[in-house]
Amino acid sequence: MPDRSEEPIICVRGLVNRFGAETVHDGLDLDVLRGEVIGIVGGSGSGKSVLLRTIVGLNRPVEGKVEVFGRDVLRMSDRQRRQLENRWGVLFQDGALFSSLTVAQNIEVPITEYYDMPLRLMDEISAVKVGLVGLPEEAGEKYPSQLSGGMRKRAGLARALALDPEIVFLDEPTAGLDPIAAGAFDELIRDLKTSLGLTVFMVTHDLDSLFAICDRVAVLVDKKVRVGTLEQLLRDNHPWIHSYFHGPRGRAARASEAATLMTPGH
Amino acid sequence: MASVAATLVESEPGSFVFAAAGEWLVATAAEVDRRLRGLQMPSDKRVTLDLAGIDRLDTAGAWLLLRTEHDLAARGNTVEICNLRSNFAPLLDQVRAGGMVVPARHPRPAHHTIVGFLARIGEISLGIFARAYSILGFFGAVCESAGALLLRPRRLRITALVAQIEQTGVNAVPIVGLLSFLIGVVIAYQGADQLRRFGAEIYTVNLLGVGILRELGVLMTAVIIAGRSGSAFTAQIGTMRVNEEIDALSTIGLDPLEVLVLPRLFGLVLTLPMLTLWADVVGLLGGCLMSWASLGITPPQFIRQLQDSLYPWTFWIGLIKAPSFAFIIALIGCYEGFQVARSAESVGRLTTLSVVEAIFLVIVADAGFSIFFSFLQI
Repeated sequence: MPDRSEEPIICVRGLVNRFGAETVHDGLDLDVLRGEVIGIVGGSGSGKSVLLRTIVGLNRPVEGKVEVFGRDVLRMSDRQRRQLENRWGVLFQDGALFSSLTVAQNIEVPITEYYDMPLRLMDEISAVKVGLVGLPEEAGEKYPSQLSGGMRKRAGLARALALDPEIVFLDEPTAGLDPIAAGAFDELIRDLKTSLGLTVFMVTHDLDSLFAICDRVAVLVDKKVRVGTLEQLLRDNHPWIHSYFHGPRGRAARASEAATLMTPGH
Repeated sequence: MASVAATLVESEPGSFVFAAAGEWLVATAAEVDRRLRGLQMPSDKRVTLDLAGIDRLDTAGAWLLLRTEHDLAARGNTVEICNLRSNFAPLLDQVRAGGMVVPARHPRPAHHTIVGFLARIGEISLGIFARAYSILGFFGAVCESAGALLLRPRRLRITALVAQIEQTGVNAVPIVGLLSFLIGVVIAYQGADQLRRFGAEIYTVNLLGVGILRELGVLMTAVIIAGRSGSAFTAQIGTMRVNEEIDALSTIGLDPLEVLVLPRLFGLVLTLPMLTLWADVVGLLGGCLMSWASLGITPPQFIRQLQDSLYPWTFWIGLIKAPSFAFIIALIGCYEGFQVARSAESVGRLTTLSVVEAIFLVIVADAGFSIFFSFLQI
C-alpha cells in the first residue's frame, strides 16, 4: 500500500463487554491499520462477532474506548455517526439483505439515503457493484430468497460497498460456502482491497482465508486479543493458538497456501 | 461540494481531448453525470481521455469514466486513455472486469392496461381455486391424522394439548370477557334508544338475549381467537418452517401433523365453546347492567324477561357453532404456517393472511349455519 501510515484506522482500548455474569472481553486492546486485511479468529463464543458489533456501534460496551478514523464512536451525536457510517460497510453473516427488495434495490438503499442522485445513474452504479462482486448481470433483478447462500453473500458485499467505504467489516464471509466459492470470495476480497484500497476487518473461522488474504491476525484468547502476522502467531506458545495453527486443519491450510505460492505464474 | 470538471475540446482538426479533473466519487457522481450528459459528443474522430487532473477516484467515478469511453467508442470514435495515475489503474480494471453493465429492471406494477387488469382478475381467481384445493388437501391430511389418533388415543400428546388449552383458552379469558361485556353494554344502550320510541324498552332484553346468545357471543369470540390464536399458530409453525424444525421432526420420524397440528386443533375445539359460554354470560351481564342504568330494568326483571323471550334452542344454537369455528381457525392457522417459505418475510405475510382468511371463513360458516337453522325452523 502506498500510504500505509502506521496510524491506526480503528483503535480499541480497554474494552470490556459483559453479558449477565459472563465477561466476554476484559480489557481488550486492538489496532487496525489503514489498508490492511485483519482476520479475527477465536473459539466459538470467544466474542468475535461481539467485537465487530461493538466497533460498528451495534453493541454498547461496559467500559472502554473505540475510535474509528480517530473519532470516538461511543461518544458522538447521531449526526456525526451518520457521517461516519457512510465511510464503512458491514457484511453480516447471511448477507442480511432486505428480503422485500431486489438485489439492485438493496444496493441502492444506502445510496438513496446519503446522496441525491438521478435514478438512471443509481441503477448504473448498482449494476456496477453487482458486476464488481462477481454476480451475473441478471442477479440485480432477483429477490434475496431466489439466490443461493454464496450469491447472497456477494450481494451483501455489494451493498456494503455501495458507498465505496474505507473499511469493510465482514462477519464470517466464507462460512457455509463450498471450498470453490470460498476461494473465489477470498480472491474477490483481495482484488477489492488492491483496487479500492480497502481496510478489511474480517471475522472468520476459515483457516484457508487467513492464510490466503490476511496481513495480520488477531486471536481472541483469554478475553483479550493477540495480534500478529501469521509467522509470529505460528511461533506463539499459547496452547489455544498453538493447537489452532498446528492442528491438522491448520497444517493443511498452510501446506496448500505454500503450494499455491510455489505454482509457476503465481 | 468538491470540485469536478469534465471538458471536451477539439485540440486539432479531427482530434478531441476529453479532460477529467477533480474528485470523481460517489458523492460527486450526480454532478459529474450531469456535466457528462451536457457534453456534445463527436462522431468518428480521435478522442483522448486525459485523466491527469483526477485527484480521487472510486468505483462510481470509474464507472462514469468507462461509460464515457464506451459511449464515445459507440459513436465510432477511436478512444485512448492517457495520464491515468498508476494507483487508479487496478480500480479501473476491476470495474471494467465487471462488464459493461445493463442496469437491472426494477419490478414495476404492470397491470395498467385493460388486458393486464383482466389477466390479474384471472390470476387471482385461479389462485383462489388453487388455494381452496390445497386447503381441502390439508383438511384431508389432518382428518386422516386425527382418525389415526382416535384408533390409538394413547398417542395424543396430553402435555402439548394442555399447554394449548392454557394459551388459547385460559389466557384469553380477560380479553374475551372485557370485549363481550362492552358489546353487551353497547347493544343494550343502542337497542334501548331505538325501542324507547315505541315504548317497548323491555324488548331490549329480547334483543340482547337473541343477539348475544345466538350470534354475537360466539362470533366475537371466534374473531378474537382468530386474531389471537390463529395468528399465533401460523407464526409458530411458520418460524419452525424457517428454522427447518419441521424437516427435523420428519427426519426423526415424527408426524408434524400429529405433533404440531392436532394438539392445537383439539385444544381450540375444546376451548372455544367454553370461551363462548363465558362471553355469553359476561355479555348478558353487561347488557343487564346497562338496562338497569338507562332503562331502570332491575336484574330480577331482566332475568324473568330473558327466560320468557328465549326459545330453548337459542343458547345451544350459539354454542353448537363454536367447535366448528374453532376447527376453521385452527385449520387455517396451521395450514398457513405450513405454507411459509424459507424467509422471515413470508411468516409475516402469511400470518396476516391467516387471520383474514380465518375471519372470512368463520363469517361464511356463520351465514351457512343461519340458512341451515332456518331450514330446520329453529
